[in-house]
Amino acid sequence: MSAAEASVSAARPAVDRRRARRRSAWRRRRLVLLLLSPWLAGFAVFFGYPLVMSAYLSFNHYDLLSPPRWVGLANYRYMFTVDPQVWTAIKNTLWLIAVMVPLQVLFSFGIASMLARAKSGGGFFRTVFYLPALAPPVAATLAFVFILNPSTGPVNIILGHLGITGPLWFQDPAWSKPSLTILGLWGVGNTMIIFLAAVLDVPRHLYESAELDGAGPFQRLRWVTIPTISPVILFAVILGVIQGLQYFTQAYVAAGVASGQASQAADVTSGNLGYPLDSTLVYPVLLYQHGFTDFQMGYASAMAMLLLAVSFAVTLVIVLNSRKWVHQGGAAR
Amino acid sequence: MSATSAPAPLVRRRAWSPGRRRRFLLTVANNAVLIGLAIAFLAPFAFITLTALMSNSQALSADLWPHPFAWHNFVDVFTKAPLWRWTLNTLEYSILATLGVVVSSVPVAYALARIRFRGREVLFMIVLIALMLPPQVTVVPLYVMWAKFHPFGFNFIGTLWPVILPNWLGDAFSIFLLRQFFLTIPEEYLDAARVDGCGELRILSTVVVRLAKPAIVAVALFSFLYTFNDFFLPLLYAGESPHHWVLSIGLSEFRSLHQVQWNLTMAATLLVMAPVIVIFFLAQKAFVEGVTLTGVKG
Repeated sequence: MSAAEASVSAARPAVDRRRARRRSAWRRRRLVLLLLSPWLAGFAVFFGYPLVMSAYLSFNHYDLLSPPRWVGLANYRYMFTVDPQVWTAIKNTLWLIAVMVPLQVLFSFGIASMLARAKSGGGFFRTVFYLPALAPPVAATLAFVFILNPSTGPVNIILGHLGITGPLWFQDPAWSKPSLTILGLWGVGNTMIIFLAAVLDVPRHLYESAELDGAGPFQRLRWVTIPTISPVILFAVILGVIQGLQYFTQAYVAAGVASGQASQAADVTSGNLGYPLDSTLVYPVLLYQHGFTDFQMGYASAMAMLLLAVSFAVTLVIVLNSRKWVHQGGAAR
Repeated sequence: MSATSAPAPLVRRRAWSPGRRRRFLLTVANNAVLIGLAIAFLAPFAFITLTALMSNSQALSADLWPHPFAWHNFVDVFTKAPLWRWTLNTLEYSILATLGVVVSSVPVAYALARIRFRGREVLFMIVLIALMLPPQVTVVPLYVMWAKFHPFGFNFIGTLWPVILPNWLGDAFSIFLLRQFFLTIPEEYLDAARVDGCGELRILSTVVVRLAKPAIVAVALFSFLYTFNDFFLPLLYAGESPHHWVLSIGLSEFRSLHQVQWNLTMAATLLVMAPVIVIFFLAQKAFVEGVTLTGVKG
């Protein structure tokens, strides 16, 4: 009797506890759902749905006016075998990723390591090198098209005083992408700040022991600095590649303004994408042209799917490696 | 005249003692590369400013220095183009979007950083993927969606709402940055609040928000800058209706609008750059901390 009573009274708290735990788990789940629901809804509407829809539209002919018409792989076939502009656009985007991005990384790393060593005026220099990164891209592009303006731009005027005939910059197909690269190097401040923080975080004693072993400045850079900040270098490269894949504003504005300046025509919109001679026609600009000036929504979707595949591959590399750098950062703080 | 003005430089020169001058020259020599680069980095700003102060004919000549200074260019810009209209549109976009980003991203980041639940890692990966994919990937169906969506006969295409509204449902970059910061808040603070009987929502809205103020300021700054500078999305949705243009669109069309001259174009360029630069000097520390937070932690 008493034993049974004891077991009942012992069982009751256990049940209570389990129920309480279940209730708290339920409450926790409700809380998580409450906190996440706006973003989950936004993600579904502005990301999940468009991704699926983009895949669907890429198999259709769609001009926004009449309903989508199924055309199978025709868009992809046209893209890979017929459309000559797609290859130009891919080549231009690859040029930026292969030339501009590495130059930006090297340049910002170089400035950061010089800044880390500067004994005085570090704050002043840091501000000067960071400032252009803040300039709105449209304003910066406009400024550079003017500064590198072949006949009356200050750069060619100064070069002329030095007895050098300056190039035609944004007016010359061979010089338009290098001109955009110069613009890109000017706005390298964000990467520079990230590198500066990383270089300043390298433990002092590593340099000291390297110095004791007789390492010169170059060797210290090669064997101490670069290995220690390698995760940041990787981060900068991948971020650069991702930004290179979506490079649009500068190419679009430079082409529009430079072509308007050449022809002095009143209307410079959209007819001049890629000016001069498709040399600034990067992939996102071509996608914009097909989708939003020609309203070939199906074909633009097919182009978007190719961009998705490439960016997803790059993203996968990052996500799979992200744990490594996140940990490093946490340990250093 | 010349007799009275001559001694002044002499006196000033004497103040430079030999030791001080040598130290100054040494500093210059040590930082020669940095100084050269700094001049190159500042030169575009100088050229923009100088051209903005020139007359039109001077801007098209080989002159590099304006004479006389045409200060009225900064007034003429406002009469030649609807700069006020564009500024108001830009502020509408930037302020509404930034508010939305902060309000909607903080709870998500908190859940991803401090509450343990199944699927958290997967959700964080989704945030990272959303952060990395170019906007061009989803832009076609989104445009179609806004074009076909007419609640109460309201047409979204030609307005800035399609670029503002999504910000009220969380922004991947801000979620990521805030999460990184929330991870660094010591658990003891949160436990102390729990012992005092605070619910999780209370903790979030008081303790966490107060502790994470620098990160929230950084997120707000970045969001404001991003939207202030944004060109692609506003162009897409509002490009055809000049009444809704933001500054970046207006500026890109500025020269073609009324055959406007380079001096006025550069004056407008300078005016568009100015707010960003002013904000930077007011909040320099928050900026640098924020940029570092994105980089070092991953």
